Amino acid sequence: MTPTLQLFLVVSATLFSIGLLAVLSRRHAIFILIGIELMLAAANLNFIAFWRFGPQPQPPTGVMIAIFAIAIAAAEAAVGLAMVIAVYRHYRTTNVDQLDQLKG
Amino acid sequence: MNWIAANLWLIPAVPLAASLLILSFPKSGRGPAAALAIIGQVAALTMSIFAFALTLQTHSFRAVQNFTWFTFGDQALRIGCVLDPLAAVMLVMIALVGLCIFVFSIGYMAEDKNFTRFFAYLSFFSGAMLGVVIANSLLLLFIFWELVGLASYLLIGFWIDRPNAAVAAKKAFITTRIGDMGFFLGMLWLYGRSGTLLFYDGGNGCLENAGLLALGASATFIALLIFCGAVGKSGQFPLHVWLPDAMEGPTPVSALIHAATMVAAGVFLVARVYPLFSLGAINGVTPSLTVVVWIGVITALMASLIALGQFDIKRVLAYSTVSQLGLMMVSLGVGGVAAGMMHLIAHGFFKALLFLGSGSVIHACHGEQDIRKMGDLRRLMPITFPTYAIGMMALSGVPFFFFGGWTKEEILHATAHWPSSRLPYYLMLAGVVLTALYMTRQMIYIFFGNRRAASEHAHESPPVMTMPLIVLAICSIAFSVVLTPAWPWLHGYLTGEAAHFDLALLIQPMLFVSLVLVGGGVALGVWMYRKAGIQDRHRAAETDPLEHAQPALFQLLENKMWLDELYAWTVISWSRMAARVADWMDRYVWDGLVHAFGGLGQLFGIFSTNVDEFGINAGVDETTAGARGLGRVISGWHSGQIQNYLGAVGAAVIALLILYAWLA
Repeated sequence: MTPTLQLFLVVSATLFSIGLLAVLSRRHAIFILIGIELMLAAANLNFIAFWRFGPQPQPPTGVMIAIFAIAIAAAEAAVGLAMVIAVYRHYRTTNVDQLDQLKG
Repeated sequence: MNWIAANLWLIPAVPLAASLLILSFPKSGRGPAAALAIIGQVAALTMSIFAFALTLQTHSFRAVQNFTWFTFGDQALRIGCVLDPLAAVMLVMIALVGLCIFVFSIGYMAEDKNFTRFFAYLSFFSGAMLGVVIANSLLLLFIFWELVGLASYLLIGFWIDRPNAAVAAKKAFITTRIGDMGFFLGMLWLYGRSGTLLFYDGGNGCLENAGLLALGASATFIALLIFCGAVGKSGQFPLHVWLPDAMEGPTPVSALIHAATMVAAGVFLVARVYPLFSLGAINGVTPSLTVVVWIGVITALMASLIALGQFDIKRVLAYSTVSQLGLMMVSLGVGGVAAGMMHLIAHGFFKALLFLGSGSVIHACHGEQDIRKMGDLRRLMPITFPTYAIGMMALSGVPFFFFGGWTKEEILHATAHWPSSRLPYYLMLAGVVLTALYMTRQMIYIFFGNRRAASEHAHESPPVMTMPLIVLAICSIAFSVVLTPAWPWLHGYLTGEAAHFDLALLIQPMLFVSLVLVGGGVALGVWMYRKAGIQDRHRAAETDPLEHAQPALFQLLENKMWLDELYAWTVISWSRMAARVADWMDRYVWDGLVHAFGGLGQLFGIFSTNVDEFGINAGVDETTAGARGLGRVISGWHSGQIQNYLGAVGAAVIALLILYAWLA
């Protein structure tokens, strides 16, 4: 079976959907962060797939963007984890259902 | 001596000032109050005597003091005082009789709790009447005239806790006011025609030639309108009804009203403005004077008839006053001004004597006024009886000795020579018989016969009450010296002619006529009432001999000819009906209009309230409620759950994708 663009896109969409499901359904903040990472990974996969099957595959532009995204995701994970810890210190819980201070 | 002519105003001012001072005394200040009132009266009497002496110096003396009261536009309202024989003789009479009554009141009112107030009112009454006499302006006279009316109202209603007294005071005030209305209109008319209300003003007054010329034919009507005032004040028919009711006041007040003040004012007024009445006289007769004569005749006869049917000692005297005033009016009407005024003076003395005597009797009988319950008082009251008898004889007109006899003689004389008709003369002669008859009847009931209920424990009054009686009795006899036909000094003094002494004139044919008539009246009285008062002493009300003989006639007289009832059915019920109509109009028509306008305003108010409440307020409320509801719904969406928001975003993206795919 030869690898095609559609195959990559389906894998990427599946990955994104799994991440989104995790973000929407999990109650623990850490798991939500993990879901976000999954969605970022799906986006990176898309970048690389479009680059590999695009009209000019020679310059490594897609890989570059993916590497940038991974770096930014690392920073984002650090900030996210720090916020989760701060929230836990303040509310003594990480269950997002109870964090409804912004309720109207 | 001229000092008094320049300061004549002091004579009424002193009693009025005393009255005001006494009013400020506390109730306990009895002694000072009586003393002050009497000092005021003595001062007035002294000044009056000086004034009187001044007028004796020349014939037809007249001193006038005028001053401007106030100016309006180019018109000046001037008032003033006048001293002439007419005023001077009245001043002395009022002050002297008033003084006797004041002294008598000390004894009569000794037990009254409002003693000080009584003396304040008495002084006020006396001062007001003195003011009437010296006024040289119809306006000033009218002012004092009304003050006299006020004083009489206060004094008749002095016993304010008696409903009868209050009613009588009101009746006196309102009845005289009816006459005063005419007086007032006459005064305005006079001012309109002549431009002055001063009587004497150096030839320009309304009673002097210049003023009279300006009046012309209207003088008759002006005189009759002014006469209306005199009719009210002097108790002439048809306005006499208040006078007998005025007996509700304390007896000294009755004496003051009936002798010195009040009723004398009417006769005095006619005498004062006599030139208005006699203007344009043909042979001494004018239409206005004819009216005066007939009113006087009707009054005199009617009142002396009614007096025959009364049982209240003071009511008999009251009707005798009414009849005597009628006699004076007749005298003025037929041209005997001096005779009328002399009778007024004489009447002032003997009527005060009779009223004070009746006061003494009532005092002795412990307030009983029904003559049927008295009797045999001649033994118990050795001073009151002879003085009362003198008063009675003076009133009846017994000739020779009594003041009243001579003046009545002179009136009859004047009436006999009235060119218009002889009828008043014959009617006056009948009046003389009736007067003698009812006075004899009263004497027999009070002083003769058996002792009855009220006279069982009677006693003579204290000297403070009997002294004035003696003084007045002496006056009633002694003053006749100056007015006999032999030496008609008072007549000459009043008319300005010199009096000559001529004893031959003393006996005149007229004297025998009246001697016979008076004798006949007394004899008839003695014969008719010989059995009165000898019946059972314990029966309260016995039948009057006249009632026995003529029940219907007596009924008519006892009920005062039903004049009060007639007025009640006519004038009073008409005015009451008018009042009711006015009340109805006020209540339903005018009030209805007012209420309709009010209701209209109210309706408009309700309308605008509703617009405000349900239109404007509700609109704003609805809007805010809507905004609030919307806010509530939207804020409900803000659950604060970040996953929900994200879910919504995801769902929206999916929806957009589907839409995009479908559209493409």
